[in-house]
Amino acid sequence: MIRYIIRRLLIGVVILVIVCALTFVFFRVLPTGNPALLRAGRDPQPKLIKEIERVLGLNKPLIVQFWDYMKEFFLHFNLGYSYYSQESVRGLIGERLSATVSLTVGAAVLWVLGGLSVGVISALRRHSIVDRLSMGTALLLLSVPEFWLGFVFLLLFSTNIGKVHIFPGAGSYVGLTYDPWKWFTSLIMPWIVLASSSAAIYARLMRSSLGETMREDYIRTARAKGLRERSVVRQGARSAINPIFTLLGLEIGVLLGGAVLVETVFNIPGIGVENYKAILSSDFPVVQGTVLLASAFIILANIVVDIAYAYLDPRVRYQ
Amino acid sequence: MSAAAPSPQPAPSSQREPLLRVEDLRVEFPTEDGVVHAVDGITYQVFPGRTLGIVGESGSGKTVSSLTALGLTRRQGARISGRILFEGQDLLALAEEKMRAIRGNDIAMIFQDPLSSLHPLYKVGRQLIEAVRAHRDVSRATARARAVELLGLVGIPDPARRVDQYPHEFSGGMRQRVMIAMALANEPKLLFADEPTTALDVTVQAQILALMERLQRELGMAIVIITHDLGVVAEVADDIAVMYAGRIVETASAERLFAAPEHPYTWGLLKSIPRLDSPRSEDLVPIPGTPPSLIQPPSGCHFHPRCPYAQPEHARIDPALEPVPEEAAHHVACLLDSPTRKQLWAQLREGATPEQALAALAATGGAP
Repeated sequence: MIRYIIRRLLIGVVILVIVCALTFVFFRVLPTGNPALLRAGRDPQPKLIKEIERVLGLNKPLIVQFWDYMKEFFLHFNLGYSYYSQESVRGLIGERLSATVSLTVGAAVLWVLGGLSVGVISALRRHSIVDRLSMGTALLLLSVPEFWLGFVFLLLFSTNIGKVHIFPGAGSYVGLTYDPWKWFTSLIMPWIVLASSSAAIYARLMRSSLGETMREDYIRTARAKGLRERSVVRQGARSAINPIFTLLGLEIGVLLGGAVLVETVFNIPGIGVENYKAILSSDFPVVQGTVLLASAFIILANIVVDIAYAYLDPRVRYQ
Repeated sequence: MSAAAPSPQPAPSSQREPLLRVEDLRVEFPTEDGVVHAVDGITYQVFPGRTLGIVGESGSGKTVSSLTALGLTRRQGARISGRILFEGQDLLALAEEKMRAIRGNDIAMIFQDPLSSLHPLYKVGRQLIEAVRAHRDVSRATARARAVELLGLVGIPDPARRVDQYPHEFSGGMRQRVMIAMALANEPKLLFADEPTTALDVTVQAQILALMERLQRELGMAIVIITHDLGVVAEVADDIAVMYAGRIVETASAERLFAAPEHPYTWGLLKSIPRLDSPRSEDLVPIPGTPPSLIQPPSGCHFHPRCPYAQPEHARIDPALEPVPEEAAHHVACLLDSPTRKQLWAQLREGATPEQALAALAATGGAP
């Protein structure tokens, strides 16, 4: 087990380096805005641009830049400095982490609980009106982009521009420690919007998975034992969750991608919105830092999911 | 039946109250292709402490009839008619909650494949505890002690340790022992065993059958054993019912059925199993054709398309299950008359093929 975890972690580090290399290539080799040009003001002198490039280290060969970055990251956990604000990227991310964590953790809870319970109800009442309605809604939520859904929610329910004034609108986010109730209400709509597509996938998966396990022989045994239907369904759900659980790691990646859009639409000061701004302004170190953080998180989440699976299914043993 | 004087020996089965009496049970499943007549009007009874063997090919309705007795076909949208009297009350008329209280308590069931019939993600102890606590208001610790006791009862070594293991850590035979332990959790009066040995090795089969017989003696429960294997019923059954296409075609005591079977389908079953005491040159005789469709069963006698002795009118007349002359406990649903059947079996038993048996019958001036 320990050997398995160590091996997975080592592979994770290799993947991180590859992700870094790819972001380097995407943002510095493919045509994007030149950060030096963007910072040199109007009508810049070529000399000034050269000088800025030298200061930012952009004149060095790409491979050297990459090496320097990796060295700083692995030896000092230093993610560099923003081209814009000169702030350290690590500090920048640290400040905004709580908003993103608030958003994604809440959305993940909603996604898993909402998706699974809708899936269970649909599976048990297959072909009923409730089932058709929930599966139709799920298909709709799967199909619409999050930013569109976010705008629709704002236009319908926000206290400033909504048709019905229920929830605080964009830009209302406050920290949890500052005012827990405001924190909670301001995140209700973002949570729903961010959770929607993942919850929809989970509802559909759970419906088909539970539909399958409820036809298993051991469910017949459970009924033959005289268990109450509640307990019988619980046994089916216990098995139905396993195949879905393995997708958790993948779906977390999708959730983080969605967080960028949702933070932007609802103007939540998190890492996603910072990443979005950094992409627009070619602020490479910030882009790099946020991408690195997100991929590290996804890799870790997948390792945790795989290890936890051994506890969910006693037949699985890792070597 | 005359009211005989009390005898020191156990009363013949026909004089005691049956524990279970199934009367004209019909189970139909409406499907897209048509209505499946899975069980087509069967009647049988099971007496306390006795074993009934229900024999038939797959698809003859033997499993469906027992699942129906447990109330497990209701939710599959089955149309059910007839009566299933258990200790005098009609199970078919019971509300689901009352039926649930009987399932696994007074009537238990074990299934063919013990691996797929046990929940793969729960320890066997938990599955046993559930079975106990579904019907008894006892603490977890008491139920657990009972689980260990049950595992010991069915002959699983080191039950205190095994109770914390998962089904995949048991061998096939041990898993079936676990299933039996689970079925016995509440000391049922009646146990349905659906192909309990089919998925097991031959040596293990014998152990499981011996275990069931021992437990029956110790606990005094009645058993309905459902199987396609005449060898199994020969070993354990007191009475046998042979099912074909959703109907019972012959029923008798086990002794009688093996000694003097009267239904051509039973003959086919008996001739299609290998025997060690017959010469190797004697060929096994398979029953020709395939089991009939239960959506559109054959007209008349359901067996006539596969019966070597069928006459043209057998395709029109539906035989009733009637007692054999002089043998009130032996019932057969066959349109041939009893003397003819006895003559045919006499030939077949000596190793004649159906054609030879028919020829011999014609030679004596008889005709089917």
